[in-house]
Amino acid sequence: MPEEISVTVNGAHLNVTSGMTVLAAILSSGAHGVRKSVKGELRGPLCAMGICFECRATVDRRPHTRTCQLLCAPGMEIRTDG
Amino acid sequence: MTSPVHDVLIVGAGIVGAACAALCAAEKLRVGIVEAEMVGGGATAAGMGHLVVMDDSEAQFVLTHYSRALWEELSPALPADVEYDRCGTIWIATDDEEMHAVAQKKQFYESRGVRAKILDSGALREAEPNLREDLSGGLLVPDDAVIYAPCAARFFVERAQSCGAQLHIPCVVTALTRDGVRLNNGTTLSARFTVIAGGAWSTALLPGIAVKKRKGHLVITDRYPGYVRHQLVELGYLKSAHSLTEDSVAFNVQPRRTGQLLIGSSRQYDAEESAVDHSILSRMLARAQEFMPGLAKLSAIRSWTGFRPATPDKLPLIGPAPDRDNLFLATGHEGLGITTSLGTAQLLVSQLLGRECGISPAPYLPNRAYEGVHA
Amino acid sequence: MDNVFAFDVLVVGAGPAGIAAAFGAAESGARVGVIDDNPRPGGQIWRGETQQRADHPEAKSWLEKFARCPIEFFSSTEVVDQIDRGHLLAQSHDGPREFVCKKLILCTGARELFLPFPGWTLPNVMGAGALQALAKSGLSVSGKKVVIAGSGPLLLAVAAYLREHGADVRLIAEQAPWHRLARFGISLLLQKNKFVQALAIRRQLADIPYKASCWPVRAAGNGKLESVTLRCGDRTWQEPCDYLACGFHLLPNTELAALLGCEIRGGFVRVNHLQQSSVSGIFCAGELTGIGGVDASILEGSIAGYAATGQDARAAQLSRQKARSENFTAALRRAFALRPELRASVSPDTIVCRCEDVPLARLRSCASWRAAKLQTRCGMGPCQGRICGPAVEFLLGWKTSSVRPPVFPVPIETLARAPVSQFSRPSEENLIPHEEPR
Repeated sequence: MPEEISVTVNGAHLNVTSGMTVLAAILSSGAHGVRKSVKGELRGPLCAMGICFECRATVDRRPHTRTCQLLCAPGMEIRTDG
Repeated sequence: MTSPVHDVLIVGAGIVGAACAALCAAEKLRVGIVEAEMVGGGATAAGMGHLVVMDDSEAQFVLTHYSRALWEELSPALPADVEYDRCGTIWIATDDEEMHAVAQKKQFYESRGVRAKILDSGALREAEPNLREDLSGGLLVPDDAVIYAPCAARFFVERAQSCGAQLHIPCVVTALTRDGVRLNNGTTLSARFTVIAGGAWSTALLPGIAVKKRKGHLVITDRYPGYVRHQLVELGYLKSAHSLTEDSVAFNVQPRRTGQLLIGSSRQYDAEESAVDHSILSRMLARAQEFMPGLAKLSAIRSWTGFRPATPDKLPLIGPAPDRDNLFLATGHEGLGITTSLGTAQLLVSQLLGRECGISPAPYLPNRAYEGVHA
Repeated sequence: MDNVFAFDVLVVGAGPAGIAAAFGAAESGARVGVIDDNPRPGGQIWRGETQQRADHPEAKSWLEKFARCPIEFFSSTEVVDQIDRGHLLAQSHDGPREFVCKKLILCTGARELFLPFPGWTLPNVMGAGALQALAKSGLSVSGKKVVIAGSGPLLLAVAAYLREHGADVRLIAEQAPWHRLARFGISLLLQKNKFVQALAIRRQLADIPYKASCWPVRAAGNGKLESVTLRCGDRTWQEPCDYLACGFHLLPNTELAALLGCEIRGGFVRVNHLQQSSVSGIFCAGELTGIGGVDASILEGSIAGYAATGQDARAAQLSRQKARSENFTAALRRAFALRPELRASVSPDTIVCRCEDVPLARLRSCASWRAAKLQTRCGMGPCQGRICGPAVEFLLGWKTSSVRPPVFPVPIETLARAPVSQFSRPSEENLIPHEEPR
């Protein structure tokens, strides 16, 4: 059975299945997008494979972290622009 | 083949050539600009865009101070994408000896009308919280500024064109003729005066002039707004720029309007290849981390190199070429081309038109005698 | 020496090609290491294959074998620079790594080609493979209305997957015209196993409208996607949807190969029949050398693995099978070539560079790619032109490749690292053992 782990997305606790990526967790939390573009547009992922950089969020205090290929870890702190 | 006749033909549309073109055209001279690749594509594109008053020598001070004032005067007219930002420079001292040098530097500047303020260790921390804690202090020069140079070069070319200047691009000059240049398609362009503003490539047309390539590396980060507020330079930068023979690195970080950080600097001799040299890059970044440990975790998104055109006495060549009365030079600006582009234009135009300039052209004349041997 | 790892053969990419290459090389007894930027092996097409019901039964067996074998696998690791020949600098999630190897096999795969159109930057507009990857990484698509668009056989595979996971796939819009698709279909007949695969998918998707000569011209919505406008011939109509999964076929990830000096021809890394690139000691396999699908990737990976370890007879034997896969690659390219009408979808204020928000109008005022980069900062963001470059090539005809290190954004400390083994290379006897957990 896949285990459940707990992360926070923009301060709110979220239980996710282990093996879920941070991006999937963000989008499952109800957010439509992940980052604000240079001109302030909300953006979601484009490529979902680490190339477009639209999925960047602040993970465990580190800004500009790509989230599409990063697995959730217990206690991870995720902050987005959106 | 006939070709347009210009009063002034400027070879090279980097920021120096572009600034010269704009001023010549504003003075109602018929201007031609010939550029091999793109406007602002050489050292103009590779460099930092720091508008700084330097005290390395009296002549360097005069030219940079004069130029900085011209930039400040021009700044309201600059388009937004030139990103003129009067963020100031902080020269950083790591020990008491360097703090002594800071005091002397302040004295030098203030006695010549340049505002400068000594920051002790605490004040430095407050001004730049991300610097490492145990620095001794620094000198804040609040009126220094930062621009995005490729857009400034384009702006100057557009200004020149709006006064009737003709831009010949992309056109490669293969040789100088008696009254102009020959292009690689076989045609010639003629002018009453030709100005070589080719940066590190000026020696291709004038092999005898004392300009050598000095390679530099830069790295730009992702956006971290507010991480750095001023252009930060270590006092040791001057030792790096001074050295005539050794490869060197120095701490030099610039905040961009975008929130990105531009990190330099390095100087290498006898490095003709433009490829990024991993060992110099790592030395440069390690040095930067020594001053600003938090840089370690910031995301570097690109690195690149450029070639500064260096002269033996670190002063540019502005004036008539040796042995020719219709050929002028405006080149050899090393790391100060962006700053002194405006002062260079004034010096050039005053010499072309035979009139006084705000500063004396003597120290920058190409036919001056150099002290010391060119490395 | 910390974080420095030495191998006889280093494989970059753990998709089908990289896995096959690693096995092939390991058969010789060579010490083999494999790097991939994902947390698990499989690349794009075999993503999640061991966990979910297998879409590719062979994948499950390859991946299980990979998990059991002594080949060393470094997950979440990206090569960013070359320190010296056979000496690479990489970034893992927790810090830098250096890799030293005698032979290098690049299997860096492909990415989707994205073409801009009004509204393409809205949340929930993404690539076709992208939505599938996202679903595989935990996003639920159950009950969601999905329009799949763009070009290539990937659209069908994505439709089948999403449908199987509860999505309401409204239609598949393929920009290629029917006559080209028909010709491609005929070429599939010549390759029995592919034909069978295609039939199976067709059966699965029988009730989903599949329109040829059809492409998206606008995406709309308030804050996120709500509908897409499609054009098919003279007709345009609006299709309400929750997701638009749109990708225009595939492009190879050639950046690392280019950084290492491998010759690139026609956009792909040029290799000989034994997958040898123009740089001695560097082999390339899979989509990197031509978009040919899984079977070609496995074949080429095996050839590269054998050729890199002196198993020339095996390599030569397998390379005789390449002709058939090369035909398939060529057929793919012909069938799914982009039609010129796609250029008309973009309007002057459509964002082309998403990293720096540069619209088409600003690019049109520049004379070249390099001028555009300097004047507008298009292509100067963290994606390093991977997304906007191909779009600009298609829209404006500019050649957009130029590679400098780092080939991916990387923490400063990784570039600041003085290469640990700069002055001594490990000899054959003392290849470094390490305790990297798998």
